[in-house]
Amino acid sequence: MYVYDEYDRQILTERVAQFRSQTDRALAGELSEEEFLPLRLQNGLYVQRLAPMMRIAVPYGMLRSVQLRRLARITRDYDKGYAHFTTRQNVQLNWPAIEDVPDILAELAEVEMHANQTSGNCIRNTTTDQFAAVQSNELIDPRPYCELIRQWSTYHPEFAFLPRKFKVAVNASDSTDRAAIQVHDIGIEMVRNDAGELGYRVYVGGGLGRTPMVGPVIREFLPELDLLTYLEAVLRVYNRYGRRDNKFKARIKILVKAMTPAGFAEKVEAEWAHIKDSPTRLTREEIDRVKTFFTEPDYQSLENEPSALVSARGESKAFDNWVKRNVDSHKQPGYSIVTLTLKKTGVPPGDVSDKQLEQIADLADQYSFGEVRVTHQQNVVLADVRQDQLFELWKTIVPMDFGTANLNTLTDIICCPGGDYCALANAKSIPIAEAIQREFDDLDYLYDLGDIDLNISGCMNACGHHHVGNIGVLGVDKKGEEFYQVSLGGSSQRDAAIGKILGPSFAREEMPRVVSKIVDVYVERRTEEETFLDTYRRIGIDPFKERVYA
Amino acid sequence: MPDVIRKDGIHNDDLWTLVSAPVEGESLQLPDGPALLPVTVWNENQDAFAGRNDIGVWFDSHDEPETVAGDLNQLPLIAVNFPKFTDGRGYSIARLLRERHGYTGELRAVGDVLLDQLFYMKRCGFDSYVLRADKDINKADGCLNVFSNAYQAAVDVKEPLFRRRTA
Ligand code: HEM
Ligand code: SF4
Repeated sequence: MYVYDEYDRQILTERVAQFRSQTDRALAGELSEEEFLPLRLQNGLYVQRLAPMMRIAVPYGMLRSVQLRRLARITRDYDKGYAHFTTRQNVQLNWPAIEDVPDILAELAEVEMHANQTSGNCIRNTTTDQFAAVQSNELIDPRPYCELIRQWSTYHPEFAFLPRKFKVAVNASDSTDRAAIQVHDIGIEMVRNDAGELGYRVYVGGGLGRTPMVGPVIREFLPELDLLTYLEAVLRVYNRYGRRDNKFKARIKILVKAMTPAGFAEKVEAEWAHIKDSPTRLTREEIDRVKTFFTEPDYQSLENEPSALVSARGESKAFDNWVKRNVDSHKQPGYSIVTLTLKKTGVPPGDVSDKQLEQIADLADQYSFGEVRVTHQQNVVLADVRQDQLFELWKTIVPMDFGTANLNTLTDIICCPGGDYCALANAKSIPIAEAIQREFDDLDYLYDLGDIDLNISGCMNACGHHHVGNIGVLGVDKKGEEFYQVSLGGSSQRDAAIGKILGPSFAREEMPRVVSKIVDVYVERRTEEETFLDTYRRIGIDPFKERVYA
Repeated sequence: MPDVIRKDGIHNDDLWTLVSAPVEGESLQLPDGPALLPVTVWNENQDAFAGRNDIGVWFDSHDEPETVAGDLNQLPLIAVNFPKFTDGRGYSIARLLRERHGYTGELRAVGDVLLDQLFYMKRCGFDSYVLRADKDINKADGCLNVFSNAYQAAVDVKEPLFRRRTA
């Protein structure tokens, strides 16, 4: 993982001091509410329904155990003892006091953490695949490139007041996309060209929210060293020409659509031609330097499927289920990727207590070289677990509530904070997640259903990614009452798609039954190999509509 | 007459007046003393103002440096207006004026210029600022120098940190 040097440390220390001064001036009335707003947002501080809310950055989802322990301490000392993992691989606190935020930032800085640009109209935290560098099907480790983008985008002087927020995601596997790159403002896919050279395919103008869109490719191949100059060109075109007259039309997707992807690409190319050879162009030395922070851990040479694992799976059906669902194959023989699910029924998806954060830190130290990754599905990954330790790990995590063997199933729900926390909500979302989890409490049935993404947002801002859920649920307000609109067929994977609305919305208590009916149609109509999405794509929305509204 | 912040301190003897574009059908009224003209007006009347050291131009946030015909370096002063401090276009305009159009004279930020934006403005090539009147000008120096280093290349530091980092 990246480790700060003197430069990084000093810049971050100065940032904390700057925000302390800004907070003092705001509290003293020298900065108006409106003037303080972008400053606090760019330091992670929102003001929400019940209290301020603070979003802490987890660059490309990587956390060390010392950082987890510090987060635990912060939630205990400054908050109510729990935190929330978000759908952009960050961490949120729900109840910090505004005047404490500079102190929280100082405590974070001590462990090389911050809340930089986690909010506001600026370049946000860059996200990537939580299985980076441990999966076998990967072109190259994307994390050094994410770190390069992180440094370039941190306090970028030209792009701190963009028309709207700006999110970048990177993927480096040609068979999967766990970073949802096609629904980001910029999606970067690492590729090789015909000559075997490394580079990037660049998507621009995807996004969810009010006008969901799958981003078009605006450059098929960008050479490796040109990453930052090209990003600078895209951002400059957006900063200059993105709409500023209407907040709801200010995202880059609207600009790309208005100019057409080809027209936009042309404008970017013209801008880039001026700056492609500027000093911002990456150097081989810099890429190599950053790569030295992402070396392989000290793997032992081990065999796959050790006898301890095989016999434990034979003995315990529950363990075997968990291995099938929550454990993924690793590029290194004898190791596995373990996902700790934060989706126990009755607990808001992604919520963890201070104690659980410390438990995760201990697990990381004991089983996975002291590091974890946060996923955009609001789970936590131990990326390097020895297969002969899986059984022991499983026995340890079950009582901690991290062992729910439902990864990627219908109850591994992505869910925004919704009406319980969020001032913008039309409806609550957490109770819907819980009701659906209660309805589908039979694990064998869930396994039979296979992979289904169910995503819930409390309003059209789409923090819960409902548009790209195979089943999406959106909270809507109907004459002051909370209703839920259902969409089908969304995907955030390589075959990214925006879901189609099923029909009129439902009352809260109807939702578990509605989901059951949708699932029934799938079960009746599927062929042997089909996932929910496959069946939906083959038979279309009508059979689902007929059943649900019958 | 507003105070102007420059590298060498605060100046209270600045005489430049910002002139708005004349409304349709009226002719341009020049003030006494040096005048900053809208870039659109200057574009149309360049010959008339050639060689005068009391005429500068100002860009609004939607004006484009690319539209300027002629040599910017004959201008003693260019101002860029921030109609609202959240309108970030002025940062790109400044960088383009400096880095693409080679402007080396005084570049001034005017309009909704607040303390916490000064550092970014400096990085993008501004070297003079008219702070909004209700802000404490004595805090400007601290804000202009709030960071001692930065990751990116910009106008003030031409190389990104990665080309300057010594291991
Ligand atoms: C509780 C306070 C929150 C507020 C006020 C809030 C507000 C918003 C708003 C206004 C948008 C739409 C922006 C746009 O379309 O331009 C948005 C998008 C988004 N939010 Fe939140 N949010 C909150 C919490 C969260 C949380 C907890 C998560 C993660 C679980 C999250 C994840 C996202 C994501 C991923 C998007 C992106 C959608 C896109 O790509 O357009 N937000 N949020
Ligand atoms: S989707 Fe809406 S309700 Fe949910 S967190 Fe985002 S803004 Fe709030």
